[in-house]
Amino acid sequence: MIKNDLRFHRLLPVISINIFKRELVVTISNDHILHALHVLKDHINYKYALLSCLSGVDFFFKKYRFCVVYDLLSLSQNARLRLKVFTAEIISIKSIISVYINANWWEREVWDFFGVFFNDHNDLRRILTDYGFDYFPMRRDFPLMGFVETRYNDLKKRVVYEKIQLTQNYRVFTHESAWQFVQGPTI
Amino acid sequence: MILKKKELIKELKSFTLNFGPQHPAAHGVLRLILELDGETVLRADPHIGLLHRGTEKLIEHKTYLQALPYFDRLDYVSMMAQEHTYSLAVEKLGDIFVTKRSQYIRVLFLEITRILNHLLAVGCHAMDVGAMTPFLWAFEEREKLMEFYERVSGARMHAAYIRPGGVSADLPIGFLDDVFIFSEQFELRLDEMEEMLTSSRIWKERLVDIGVVSAKDAEDWGFSGVMLRGSGIRWDLRKTQSYEVYDELDFDVPVSTLGDCYGRYAVRVEEMRQSLKIIKLCIRNMPEGSIKSPSSKFVAPSRLEMKNSMESVIHHFKYFSEGIIIPHGETYMATEAPKGEFGVYLISNGKEKPYRCKIKAPGFAHLQALNMMAKGHMIADVVTIIGTQDIVFGEIDR
Repeated sequence: MIKNDLRFHRLLPVISINIFKRELVVTISNDHILHALHVLKDHINYKYALLSCLSGVDFFFKKYRFCVVYDLLSLSQNARLRLKVFTAEIISIKSIISVYINANWWEREVWDFFGVFFNDHNDLRRILTDYGFDYFPMRRDFPLMGFVETRYNDLKKRVVYEKIQLTQNYRVFTHESAWQFVQGPTI
Repeated sequence: MILKKKELIKELKSFTLNFGPQHPAAHGVLRLILELDGETVLRADPHIGLLHRGTEKLIEHKTYLQALPYFDRLDYVSMMAQEHTYSLAVEKLGDIFVTKRSQYIRVLFLEITRILNHLLAVGCHAMDVGAMTPFLWAFEEREKLMEFYERVSGARMHAAYIRPGGVSADLPIGFLDDVFIFSEQFELRLDEMEEMLTSSRIWKERLVDIGVVSAKDAEDWGFSGVMLRGSGIRWDLRKTQSYEVYDELDFDVPVSTLGDCYGRYAVRVEEMRQSLKIIKLCIRNMPEGSIKSPSSKFVAPSRLEMKNSMESVIHHFKYFSEGIIIPHGETYMATEAPKGEFGVYLISNGKEKPYRCKIKAPGFAHLQALNMMAKGHMIADVVTIIGTQDIVFGEIDR
């Protein structure tokens, strides 16, 4: 199976192919994502018919800071493949709903959490955060405590948003270890 | 003014109904905007996120060990299945070895968890549809199973028992005997439940041909677990991408070709029987030995070691304060949780905290297809479909 997959670069404009812990990771450029997924879904050699997960990652120190990760599963070949696309705040990605219909909510989630915009998405609303929320909470520069808190205002008879007030700030303990060093390849 | 007949034709508008978030049949906090034509559902738009707790964000700020209990609280009816997936992901990244005994204990508890989940799924489904009794019976059995949880971990539900490198403690004396006694009597309880439901006319009228999903649709919508097997696709990660000791155990994967709610109910019941079979096999084959992983960097030292060596005391302190350090890397680990494929996409940057931990909840993919499944059905069938999807909001909203 993996032998098949390693011949990707003849079919697709692949940036890199890695195998890490027996998992296949393919990085592809932003423009070719739809084309690549079409091939992977319908080509007889691959048949990755099922999109099992779509996730966003924020590498805030990189130029293209957001990574959108598509985890594909092939039931007929019993194989998994991970496809990665890198993007930035002002660059949008093509929505893949036309290929994998269940990407709808996953893309909404990535939009909600990271602010990655998906082109041609028919319903790009926020999904998990509150109605009217206007931050992107999973970005690394968003503080864990957030900026607002809610409480019930008895005078207004409704729930109101207020600036967050904490008696003690969230404390971060970093333990740069003096005991052990584990070296490994960078991601 | 004379009205022409053409102008007298009334225009019928569909009306919109807000179902939930406090509705008892919404399985928690599902808010559903239903567009109805009479009693027929035209469109169902689930609004989720009312139970969003920011688990993924919190995990980024916790050490690998502190992140573990969050997984119990995702899907709060199948607790250990999720901490197991997370532990597997950490073990894969850190190359942590797990002993045979730990693996058997894990499988034993995973199957207990599966029964725990399916009892709730079938019981609550029956209650949603109108049968009260199976629900009460199921909860009686669940109580016994949660006592097993309590005996090994001290907590009835949020056990934090399966940890990277094995399990947190060995089984208490006499534990396996009691599980065996349970497994002997549980088969009868299952028969009783089936007597109430399987051939019941009302149960069948409510379930048969409701929410039919074809195999093609199930694949397209990214279904997993019972939802996939209920549509006739024989796919079980325990068999196909085997982990722990499932490849040594002999069990069957039930599949229904009906694709409707009744088929999925039948699959769930049969899965409970298969789980019981696995539990019995685990009891019979449970190997002797240690539960402590030989990868000693990643597990806490035993009390005895700490009494005898200073290094162990230091290690113990560092283990619980600094946590374990996992080398650079990333992995997507998926296991067959009772609800379907539960996945953890874990990225480590060589520090003591995960860089990113994405949680793939099976219910998220299933609930997304609610519109597809409920379209054209009656409003009462929406409740049946929510029940058959086995929705739990802890994992969907995260």
